[in-house]
Amino acid sequence: MRVVPSARPRKLAKVPFAELADGRLQGVVSSGSDIGRVYVSSVEAGTYAFACSTNNNRPCGGARGSFCNHIRALVDEAVLQYGVERVTRYLKAEPTGEDPSGYSVFNAMYSTRPAQGDSSAAAQVFSRFLRHLAYLEYAPATAPLPEMQWFPTTRAVA
Amino acid sequence: MVPHDEGGGLMRADLLTDVVDGLDEALAAVDGFDGALVDGLLRPRPAQAVGLAGLADAVAGSPLAGRVAEAAEKTAAGAAGEDHFVALAAARTALLGSVHDALVARVGEAVGRPRPEESGTDRPGTQEPTANLLIAARSWLCDLARAGWRGIDHELVAGAAPVVSAMLPEPGMRRLAALLDGFAAELAASCPGAALEHVPVRRWADLWSRAVLLTLPGAASAPAVGEVTGRLLPLGVDVQEHATAVQAQVHAVFEPADGGPARLVRASVSAPKPDTVVGAGLWQLLRPHMSLLAAVGEGRAVEVDAMPVTAEGDLVWDDARARTGEPAEVFAAARVALPAAAAAPAAPLDRHPVRIAVPVLVEGYAVEEGDDGTAFLIAGQRLAVDVGRVPAAGPLTPEVIASSGACVGLLRWDAGEFLLQPLAVERTVRKKAVAVHAGAWAGGTTDKAGVRAEKAATDAVTVLRERAGRLLRK
Repeated sequence: MRVVPSARPRKLAKVPFAELADGRLQGVVSSGSDIGRVYVSSVEAGTYAFACSTNNNRPCGGARGSFCNHIRALVDEAVLQYGVERVTRYLKAEPTGEDPSGYSVFNAMYSTRPAQGDSSAAAQVFSRFLRHLAYLEYAPATAPLPEMQWFPTTRAVA
Repeated sequence: MVPHDEGGGLMRADLLTDVVDGLDEALAAVDGFDGALVDGLLRPRPAQAVGLAGLADAVAGSPLAGRVAEAAEKTAAGAAGEDHFVALAAARTALLGSVHDALVARVGEAVGRPRPEESGTDRPGTQEPTANLLIAARSWLCDLARAGWRGIDHELVAGAAPVVSAMLPEPGMRRLAALLDGFAAELAASCPGAALEHVPVRRWADLWSRAVLLTLPGAASAPAVGEVTGRLLPLGVDVQEHATAVQAQVHAVFEPADGGPARLVRASVSAPKPDTVVGAGLWQLLRPHMSLLAAVGEGRAVEVDAMPVTAEGDLVWDDARARTGEPAEVFAAARVALPAAAAAPAAPLDRHPVRIAVPVLVEGYAVEEGDDGTAFLIAGQRLAVDVGRVPAAGPLTPEVIASSGACVGLLRWDAGEFLLQPLAVERTVRKKAVAVHAGAWAGGTTDKAGVRAEKAATDAVTVLRERAGRLLRK
C-alpha cells in the first residue's frame, strides 16, 4: 500500500544525514580524525558532479579532482538507508555486476571521471540538514490524525 | 471449526466475502476520475473527459450534482480553476464515503455488535489564522493535478516543502502537514513521473483528494464534544508511519463509571520525526506523551477522569486525567467487554474505506500460508491476514501469528477485500494460553532484542543532536 518503505535503521555516527533531494545525493559526513569536524558532501544525479567541504567552508583535501572518502561513506550509508535500487535510480548510476552494492554504485560513478561541482550546494545541504533536525523539535500531539491511516507501518524496509 | 460460542461476539466471516451492492459501480466511477489524474488535467484528452463525466454522473442525484457537472465540463476543456478541482475532489470523496458506509454496514452484520448512532454532527467553521497556508497548499495540489502523476518532477514536488515547514509548528495544521509531507515524499521518490513503471493510481488520487478537502477552512477540525469518566480496557496498538511522521493509536473498550453502555474508543499520539528515527525509536518519541502506551505494554486498564472525547470516539489524551489501574488481559476484555461495545460513527468528511478499523476477536481458526500471504480459515471462510502491518519493534512476528489459535485484530478493507490486522494473538505453549501483543514494547521492554533496538534508537537521536551542534557552532 505504501510506496516508500521505511528507512533501514543504520548507525548515524559516520554519516548523520543522507538524503536524495534537490537532484543530488547529499549529506553530512563526520571527519574520521577530528571529532569537531564534519563534511558536507554531495553528488549530482546524472552528471555525478561532486562537492565536499568542511563545516568551516574549507574544501575537502581528498576531493581534488575525484571522489573523496567522505563521498564513498555517503554512498554506502545512502544505500543502507534507502536501498541500492532507489539510490541507483535517483542518481542514474549504472553499476555493473549482478549484486549491486554501495561499492559498485560508487565505482560506476567514479569511473566516469565526473567533474568537481561548485561548492554552492553546501549551504543548501546544510539548510536541509537543519530542516531535518527540526523534526526532532516539534512537540508530539494527542489530537488524532486520521490521514495517517494511509500510511500503515510495514515490516518491509528499504 | 465451527464457532463454539455464538453469543460471544464471534464473527460471521461468510458475510465479509459476499457481494456489496453498488460497490463496483461506485469504484468504477472513482477509477475513471483517478485515471484522468495520471496524465494531468492541463490539456485533457477525450479519454480523460470520459472519466471526469463519469464522476459527475455518479453524483448526479446528490446535492453536489450541479457544481460537479460544471467542474467536470470546465476541467475536460482544460479550463479548470481551483474551485473546480475542489468540487471534483468532493465528488470523489462523497463516492468513497458511500463505499465506506456500505462496508461498515456489512462489518456491522458480520460482528453483530450494537450499531453506531447516526452521525449528525456538523463541524464548526472555526476562524483559522493560517488561511494563507491553506491557500498555498491548495495551489500546489492544483499544480499537481494539472501536471498529472506522469508529469511530476523534482521542482514541482519540492514546492510542498516550504508549505509543510510553515505548517508543522501550527498544532491545528498537523493533519494536512503530515499528509502533504508523506505524499510529497512518495512523489519525490517516484520522480520523474515520465519514467515511472507503476503509478499507484488510486492511492495518489486518495491522498490528493483528501489533501484538497483539508485545505477548506474548518475541514480538519474535530473538536472534543464531551468528557468521559470511567475505565479503559486496551485492546491493542496500531502504528502508522511515513518517513517524517508517526502515530500510535490505542484501541480500547471504554466502560463509563456511571454504568452506561460500553463503547469503542481510540487514543492517539503522533509526532513529526526525522526519517532515520525508526523501529523502537518511534516508541521512544511517543512514550513520554501518553501514559496509556506503558499501560498497554504492561497489560493494565486505565482509569480516566473527564477525558475529552470527539464525536468520532477519539479521546484527546491528557496524562493528567489518566491513572493506570488494575491488570486487564486483552483477550478477557475482547471476550467479555468487546461484544457489547458500540463504535462511534465516522465524521462525514472522514468516511473512506481506509478509515475502517474495527476491533474484532477471532478464534478457532486454521492458519493458511500460501503464495498470496497468510490467511485464517474461519468456519470455512478465508480471511486474509495483514502480517506486514504489525510494528517491527515488538514481539508479534509473522511466525507467532502463524502458530496462533486466537487473535484480537482490526478488521480493515483494502483493494476489494477485507483483511485482519493482528493486534494480539494467543498461542498454546505447554498447554497454556500465552498472549503476544503487537504493542508489547510500547512502554519499554526487557526483551533482549527489544533492549538492543531501544539502545540503537537512543544512539541515533543522540548522534543527530551532537553532530548538528558541531555544524551550528561553525
